[in-house]
Amino acid sequence: MVDARGYSCPMPVVMVQKEVKKNAPATLEVLVDNQCSVENVTRYGMGQGYQVKVTQEGQDFRLTLSK
Amino acid sequence: MEENNIKLTKLAKCAGCGAKVGAGVLSQLLEGIKVHHDPNLLVGFDKSDDASVYKVSEDLALVQTVDFFPPIADDPYTFGQIAATNALSDVYAMGGEPKLCLNIMAIPESMPKDAVHQLLRGGYDKVYEAGALITGGHSILDDEPKYGLCVTGFVHPDKILTNAGARPGDVLLFTKPIGIGVLTSAAKADMASKAGMELATRMMTTLNKSARDAMVKYNVHSCTDVTGFGLLGHLCEMAQGSDVEITLHVDAIDLIPESLELAKMGILPAGMYRNRTFAEPWVDAGDTELCKQDLLYDPQTAGGLLMAVDPADADALYAELKGVVPSAQWIGTVAEYQGGKRLFLR
Repeated sequence: MVDARGYSCPMPVVMVQKEVKKNAPATLEVLVDNQCSVENVTRYGMGQGYQVKVTQEGQDFRLTLSK
Repeated sequence: MEENNIKLTKLAKCAGCGAKVGAGVLSQLLEGIKVHHDPNLLVGFDKSDDASVYKVSEDLALVQTVDFFPPIADDPYTFGQIAATNALSDVYAMGGEPKLCLNIMAIPESMPKDAVHQLLRGGYDKVYEAGALITGGHSILDDEPKYGLCVTGFVHPDKILTNAGARPGDVLLFTKPIGIGVLTSAAKADMASKAGMELATRMMTTLNKSARDAMVKYNVHSCTDVTGFGLLGHLCEMAQGSDVEITLHVDAIDLIPESLELAKMGILPAGMYRNRTFAEPWVDAGDTELCKQDLLYDPQTAGGLLMAVDPADADALYAELKGVVPSAQWIGTVAEYQGGKRLFLR
């Protein structure tokens, strides 16, 4: 789980990248609070071979990356 | 020692022209405000052009523009140079020559005096390089530093180049590589290489003077500088303003390789998405890769000049530009509008 709420681009992608490089998780939940981060984390995830599902939770967005 | 460690970009939320209010939002903000007309106002803000132009006499018109933004470089001297290069560019984009400039500056109370001095020195150096003068300015205190210039220049009233003059058959030429916004955004997370940042800085501090001086010798119908709205945002304004459609040869566009790699990793500035929202309804992207599309929407700071030149003059202008601009590119052609989309990526 990466909680990148409160961070603006490009930090959320950097945080997700760190987690993927370190643990190579099969699934990863990411929380962000802006549309730019949703798009950027989606592009990164898909580039790494993940499927990405986005659900809105109030003001926040939950991205589920899975292989 | 502390003064040397100041990292200006850490004080800013958005970098450079990425901080610009989106094109669509801007027209909403201006909606309903009465526009006063004057027969001598040749180009006004209702045209979404780079600068306003006011005719003083049969052979003289004033070109006026203002541009400022938060730090896009950590080094104050570099930031001052970039902000000035960017502000002066709007006058070049109208085919004019900048002459009188006023500083606009916001600084935190805690910012070291030497850093402020360096920032201003950067601005002055670029303005002098352009052959213009700084005659004064205005400064306020603010948590986030900001710097730029109000620039007045001159142009012959018959030689004004707006972004609304492109004609079917024209060739589109461009003068700097694309991907500067991605690099400066990546730099905020220390993800841009040293070489990449040197390239971005070199581009952002290169005046569009040489491009302008070459352009005015040929039959150029329309010009704009590519800045905050990205290449496609500014092309969209040109296509709409000129009521034409444009086909872009994506492979002919100089996309900075490192920016392309960063785009693939999702290191993209928020301004890119704002630009996409504005221009995408007018774009037929064909089978252009997503990362390349993203770069075409990337907000540029002090980007190059985009010119629509008469096809009879295209070869000669292109050849001349090759010797004097950072990256001369023959990127597309203009055609009669067929309805529907205005920009075609091929």
